[in-house]
Amino acid sequence: MHTKTIAELVIELREKKISSQELVQHYLNRIKKYEPQLNAFVTVLQEDVLNEEAKKADELRAQGHAKLLTGIPIAQKDLFCTKGVRSSCGSKMLDNFIAPYDATVVRQCQDAGMILMGKTNMDEFAMGSSNETSFYGAAFNPWDLERVPGGSSGGSAAAVAGRLVPVATGTDTGGSIRQPAAFTGVTGLKPTYGSVSRYGLIAFASSLDQGGPMTLSAEDAAIMMNVMSGFDPLDSTSVEREYGDFTQHLNRSLSGLKIGIPEEYFGPGLDPAVGAVVQEAIKEYEKMGAKIRSVHLPNNALALPAYYVIAPAECSSNLARFDGVRYGYRCENPKDLMDMYCRSRAEGFGAEVKRRVMIGTYVLSSGHYEALYNKAQCVRRLVQNDFNTAFEEVDIILGPTTPNVAFKKGEKVNDPVSMYLSDVYTVGVNLAGLPGLSIPAGFAHGLPVGMQLVGNYFSEDRLLNVGHQYQQVTDWHKRMPAHV
Amino acid sequence: MVEWEVVIGLEVHTQLATKTKLFEGAPTAYGAEPNTQAGLLTLAMPGTLPVLNREAVKMAVKFGLGVGAKINATSVFERKNYFYPDLPKGYQISQFYTPVVAEGYLDVILDEGEVKRIGITRAHLEEDAGKSLHEDFHGMTGIDLNRAGIPLLEIVSEPDLRSAKEAVAYLKTLHSLVRYLGISDGNMQEGSFRCDANVSVRPKGSDVLGTRAEIKNVNSFRFVEKAINYEIQRQIALIEEGGTVIQETRLYDSDRDETRSMRGKEGANDYRYFPDPDLLPVVFDDSFVEEVRKTLPELPAKKRERFKEQYGLADYDAAVLSTSRDLADYFEEVVRVSAASPKLCANWVMVELGAVLNKTNTDITQPPVSASALGILIQRVQDNTVSGKIAKTVFEAMVAGEGEADDIIAKRGLRQVTDSAAIERWVEEVLKANPAQVEEYRSGKERVFGFLVGQVMKASKGQANPQQLNEVLLKKLTQ
Repeated sequence: MHTKTIAELVIELREKKISSQELVQHYLNRIKKYEPQLNAFVTVLQEDVLNEEAKKADELRAQGHAKLLTGIPIAQKDLFCTKGVRSSCGSKMLDNFIAPYDATVVRQCQDAGMILMGKTNMDEFAMGSSNETSFYGAAFNPWDLERVPGGSSGGSAAAVAGRLVPVATGTDTGGSIRQPAAFTGVTGLKPTYGSVSRYGLIAFASSLDQGGPMTLSAEDAAIMMNVMSGFDPLDSTSVEREYGDFTQHLNRSLSGLKIGIPEEYFGPGLDPAVGAVVQEAIKEYEKMGAKIRSVHLPNNALALPAYYVIAPAECSSNLARFDGVRYGYRCENPKDLMDMYCRSRAEGFGAEVKRRVMIGTYVLSSGHYEALYNKAQCVRRLVQNDFNTAFEEVDIILGPTTPNVAFKKGEKVNDPVSMYLSDVYTVGVNLAGLPGLSIPAGFAHGLPVGMQLVGNYFSEDRLLNVGHQYQQVTDWHKRMPAHV
Repeated sequence: MVEWEVVIGLEVHTQLATKTKLFEGAPTAYGAEPNTQAGLLTLAMPGTLPVLNREAVKMAVKFGLGVGAKINATSVFERKNYFYPDLPKGYQISQFYTPVVAEGYLDVILDEGEVKRIGITRAHLEEDAGKSLHEDFHGMTGIDLNRAGIPLLEIVSEPDLRSAKEAVAYLKTLHSLVRYLGISDGNMQEGSFRCDANVSVRPKGSDVLGTRAEIKNVNSFRFVEKAINYEIQRQIALIEEGGTVIQETRLYDSDRDETRSMRGKEGANDYRYFPDPDLLPVVFDDSFVEEVRKTLPELPAKKRERFKEQYGLADYDAAVLSTSRDLADYFEEVVRVSAASPKLCANWVMVELGAVLNKTNTDITQPPVSASALGILIQRVQDNTVSGKIAKTVFEAMVAGEGEADDIIAKRGLRQVTDSAAIERWVEEVLKANPAQVEEYRSGKERVFGFLVGQVMKASKGQANPQQLNEVLLKKLTQ
């Protein structure tokens, strides 16, 4: 059961080969069995609650009222607010926080009939690339329990790769869906900025954050985009347009597809073994009739530094609300207001969050704003222009998702810059607001390698078509880690 | 001895009269139980996002058009970052680099009738903060977030004001304008119209500005005047004693009539303004502005001119009657209903009605006598049903709730007597009763005439037509 994709489970449910109760119980059993090793969840819903939900789903199906995804289990990243279920954001600051409302994405999944199994582990406030900044301890990579699953959506990646749920949501600010998807051999889509509502997503960097699905296939990602995308009047950055059916063009031929290979994604810093895997994938596309050509993203080297100005700037302001006054962590026996602010934040936030709040405060402060924040915004436009220029010539840009495979736990924890470099191919996409898809493309050093496909704005259906066609001729996405 | 010039610029925060907050659907009514009007965004719940209230933008544009300002077709909301318990998000959404309203002006009439044009630097939209409550919490502070997120229009003047009196005249004109436009109730007690004053002094003739002090949150016209005057004297005394004014924020204490230092410049926050990434720039086209322009009412200055022209009112009357839209509307209704002389109507509204409003501490929005009822009363004066003097008695009865003018006149038998036989009878009675005075008059002491008029009026219980009375009395005395 757990090896199946959503698309397959939907058929099994419809044909009554399985019930939702069986399905939920099966995944729950797997969570019980593997969660102690993977630490993929911060919260798992209680068994009786889940059984009740599954029972309701089965009843709906029996009455003929089931929707496509009725009774399909899902896990939500722990920064999506869930009414009545703790939303910790991986932080001590929100260890006690139970939101009084549902995020739009959570509501959309519920409305689609999906069953919330739990909330997944993550880097604290989505700041990290290894899941090691989580207050609840790192999640582990099911392919190698000594290695990280990536981050920040590492818990979601570990849960899907470990087949503890068929789908989990993630959020991607600089690569936080695609990098862990690559590290754990799952499919992860970071949609065009503005196509998935941010309402109820606890913000890290508002102009970059975007929710998306982490699944076992591109087809499943398309199914999930039908649920998650759409205009939300509660999010002013949500784009009002017709989103259409993302599964509609999955089977379109790739003949004549123009794929651009940016030289900048294959330069020094790329593990040659990873590069070789991606080169093989490119050959696969050629076989399917795609035309491969080289493109340039000359400002890509500036993307990471610009990102590490803009994202911390926004985070320093977004996280100001965590002050111990209304909710979340408050220090013991504050002497006065200032003491309460200082100690609540000093004790409630972890080191990486504090580092970014301080960087962000610095780059916005008078005397540095022009030289740093404004300059970074200019660079952001240059990075976007690079992509725009490239998309005049090609339909899709293809490269490795990350320069390396999953690294060992603790390896980069004391070297933030080296940690940040694992996002070097992904942050540009966030700065430009483009959609990016990471799909499994093979293995290097016995660990999964992710391939990143970047498309033009709102071209997710094309992107998923290109991913799906690859998954029709390869089986990397079906490989399961030996540990689970 | 140096002669000093005073330089004042005002920042006014006007709460806009929208039904909901600037960025969420929570209600804005004043006086609700603490924190009952705090929605999820007001509480800064993690994950919540702001969505701009269109009405507030319309109101800001309306204001801009009312002060002849340039309207910025693109404006940006920025975050002003600072920590305070009544600021739940840890930042206030405001407009810093690009306000919705750019340069405009306001013509202010000073006491001497001189019109002074005061520059308006800008006006921008921002959220109000909540309130910290320091009483009743046993050494702790309570937070009420009902006010947090209510839209404010911050209106910044140029430093064009040269005295506390000018500042107050500007404030009153501005206050009248926002109420005319219907964008704010202007209620100062409830904090809908608050003022910060930037005050500095410099030697007369100097073109360099002195160091300014900012007086925060003064909430009545009277206190603005007193606070500024205190501050002017403080600064002049300080400089003349060899000291220097430091740039700081000061608080006016109305009990002691003085300003006190709140925080100096060194304690000033670095607000780290940057564009709010949760909100897109506000962009609108000319048609939006034109649509708003169509909703503009006749503004005070224009109305004042029209009153002078159409009704022949004096400058002063026209100015007073156009200070508020409600008062002006009331006056025009009285004129329409009474069909009497506008000057007579103006007197009734300003003097008689004004006195009652003053006495009962109410304003024209809750008049004790409706405009049409007053109009009918004035009509009765015009058509000689009652004399002006009797009309005042009728008016008092109307204020006391005794009914309409005609009912009161009939019920109390106050109709004016124009029957000359009756008037002659009263005159003869009085002449008979006062032979000494009649003698005096006839021997040339014409001053006695007034006394005799009074006596006859008394005999008629005030109902004799005064003109006829005069004529008859004169005739009889000179017979």
